[in-house]
Amino acid sequence: MNLEIPSKYKGTLKAAYGAAEKILRPISRKYDLAEHTYPKELDMLAAALEAMNTPAAATEQVAQSNESNTKNGNNMQSVLYIQALNYGDVGMSLTIPGRGLGNAAISAVANPEQLAKFGKTWASMAITEPGAGSDSAAITTTAKKDGDFYILNGEKIFITAGERSNAVVVWATLDKSLGRAAIKSFVVEKGTPGMELIRVEKKLGIRASDTAAIMFTNCRVPASNLLGNAEIDVKKGFGGVMETFDATRPFVAAMSLGAAQAAIERTRELIGAKLKLTDFTNPINNIDAVEAEFFRMEADYEASRLLVLRAAWMADNRMPNSMEASICKAKAGRVCTLITLKCIELLSSIGYSQQELLEKWGRDSKILDIFEGTQQIQQLIIARRLLGKTSQELK
Amino acid sequence: MAVNLASLVGSAKNKDLAKKFTAFNNFLDSNIGKTLGLRKGLVNTLYYGAYGGTKVAGMVSSVMSGGGAKADPARLAPKTPSDFFDLNYTEEQTMVQEALKQYALKMREAAEKVDEKFEIPDNLWQEYYALELAYYQVPESLGGMMKEKSTVTNMMMVETLSHGDLGMTLALYTSNSVLNALVKWGSDAQQKSLVPKFLEPKPTKASIALNEPSALFSPYELATTAEKSGSGYTINGLKNMVPLSSIADYFLVIANTKDNGPQAFIVDKNAAGLTITTDRGMGLNSAQLGQLKLDNVKVEASALLGEGSGFNYEEYINYSKLGWCALAVGCAQAVLDYVIPYANDRFAFGEPISHRQAVAFIIADIKIEMDSMRILTQRAASRAEQGLPFAKETYLAHIMCSDKSMMIGSNGVQLLGGHGYIRDFPVQRWYRDLRAVSIAINGVHI
Repeated sequence: MNLEIPSKYKGTLKAAYGAAEKILRPISRKYDLAEHTYPKELDMLAAALEAMNTPAAATEQVAQSNESNTKNGNNMQSVLYIQALNYGDVGMSLTIPGRGLGNAAISAVANPEQLAKFGKTWASMAITEPGAGSDSAAITTTAKKDGDFYILNGEKIFITAGERSNAVVVWATLDKSLGRAAIKSFVVEKGTPGMELIRVEKKLGIRASDTAAIMFTNCRVPASNLLGNAEIDVKKGFGGVMETFDATRPFVAAMSLGAAQAAIERTRELIGAKLKLTDFTNPINNIDAVEAEFFRMEADYEASRLLVLRAAWMADNRMPNSMEASICKAKAGRVCTLITLKCIELLSSIGYSQQELLEKWGRDSKILDIFEGTQQIQQLIIARRLLGKTSQELK
Repeated sequence: MAVNLASLVGSAKNKDLAKKFTAFNNFLDSNIGKTLGLRKGLVNTLYYGAYGGTKVAGMVSSVMSGGGAKADPARLAPKTPSDFFDLNYTEEQTMVQEALKQYALKMREAAEKVDEKFEIPDNLWQEYYALELAYYQVPESLGGMMKEKSTVTNMMMVETLSHGDLGMTLALYTSNSVLNALVKWGSDAQQKSLVPKFLEPKPTKASIALNEPSALFSPYELATTAEKSGSGYTINGLKNMVPLSSIADYFLVIANTKDNGPQAFIVDKNAAGLTITTDRGMGLNSAQLGQLKLDNVKVEASALLGEGSGFNYEEYINYSKLGWCALAVGCAQAVLDYVIPYANDRFAFGEPISHRQAVAFIIADIKIEMDSMRILTQRAASRAEQGLPFAKETYLAHIMCSDKSMMIGSNGVQLLGGHGYIRDFPVQRWYRDLRAVSIAINGVHI
């Protein structure tokens, strides 16, 4: 048993933290204030990441240990690198060209032809609708087969990078009466007639990231753009599309780690010498209140970090990790908000001022406990698994 | 090292079991079995789920005799650091865990009665001894099986036993804890005279006395003192929350010295000036907690653990904290495993209460925070085992286990409602036992 980060990731980590500190941090406030402006510096970052052979482009980097027969692969590399970028800036990490949530869906379920066609496209993900958020089975956007095309109709909201990406992966139902099994995803390229950007949202935080609303009106999409199986398999149900989340939840949890780490480190710097945190002997009730707060934050942060690594390690070793993915998302999500908000409080008015980034991190972090499944959705998933309950029983 | 199969399965009705055992016995004698180094006592438990009263061949003969010339003490070397993130237990650890799980089931069955009677029945002690856990702690040169440190194995053993019962694990494992301290810090003479006694069929019972009755107690502000007098020491002070207080043969008493800070002294139960009284607590009934009053207790210089070299108090505390973390994790898992079927079977308003988010979310949170406790404990233990610094990791694990295990204990009672408050149900016992996690340093030491 070993829970240390393998040395082979040190290079990736160094480069990613370097980019976070030198590229993202210096422009973090600028694009928080200039909401809806694309941070052009990200073109350079995207090129640098491409050259760094980061997860999206990397070939499977798997190493085998003789002693323990375990693998440390791409999923672990991804969570480490995502944490590092989010240590720089959460909003901008969401809007790096070529690295949309749609790309994750494409690489997870696309066939070879689709992969060749869309593999390098910057793709965003359109699931949520004005009337369907967490209950994604309730979506009303329809896809009707018409010869070699599907005709899409409906409104999608909360599309991260929906304005800037070159394609959107859209969830739509082939037949509402058949429930979840009829929900399929389609790659819709930018400029397809019938696809219209109707709004870019104004948000609490992650303002560097564009969050779009898109209307589909008789939007004709080639049938070959349907991802996965076109048949409606009522028995298989929702499994297919939801599997994507098992892979991506640890990534979003890793975003929380980056934000929490940033807040803890900066707060420690600003409090300065008053905070020692080098004595691990005295019981927590016998030390300064601020030191105790700090140790508790660090314990929560470390636990989240290790739970994220666990979920990624399981994915790398092809172990089913649905519950562990939700556990790390739930823990990291709740802890990140608590930590950034506590750090603001500890720093008093300095924490609240825009002269520092703490108040921004406090705003940014809240989304991390909401998107890719809210805290409560994670609790539902975990509880249903533990208790052996269906979504009809434990609603 | 053949085991007399006839004596083991003579009364066994199940032929499959006999076959299974034969196969396993052969496996043990094979090279793989030797590599795994599994003890046969453990295997008896694994395949029979009961202590058959058999003598395990070769056990006593492999123990070194005490005394002899002065030499370096036997120490377990740290494991070579791994460069792979890996949460798996080794094959050997998994098999040990399987055997302990079976024993833990029996602990659970007995726990209510033990809690009420303040005593672990003799057959459970015997079955515990038959597990021969000491072999996984003691270096080969002292008659055990270990070549390297086994902190993770010890953590796993405590956690697995605590799933059966926290208080009983404290009672049973306290002697193993003293053994761990002797292996880490004992002098050559102390090791040679004391360690073999833990490998005997009826091993030594020994305990640790560190906690003192003071509000905001800190192990770094001890009131108990050991002053040099003549060639030895004179110890004065008051210790409480001491497990096995009435049945231990000797105690490791932690006392402050003028020159070297806190040190551990081996104090015989019959030492002049030592008064032992029962001092029961909120829980941990099976551990027979007591108070030790040391009034000018005189010990020889040879009673000082390590005899003046090598003892590291901070590490000592950290290994104890990790032991308590492992106890907390095992008990938290017991709470979770208990409330799941309860919430599914208990009906209110026409459906199982588990169909309500107000109930289900508490159960999800128990799992989330228990996993947090476990993974921090695992990290600290694996670092310790590899010889890496582990003070900070232990501190953080102990904070998490202190805070969350009590939350879990409290929610365990809450989820059962009024039934949770009745002593026919185990959740109230876990609630009482878990309150000790953030308080006690005595007893377990991995």
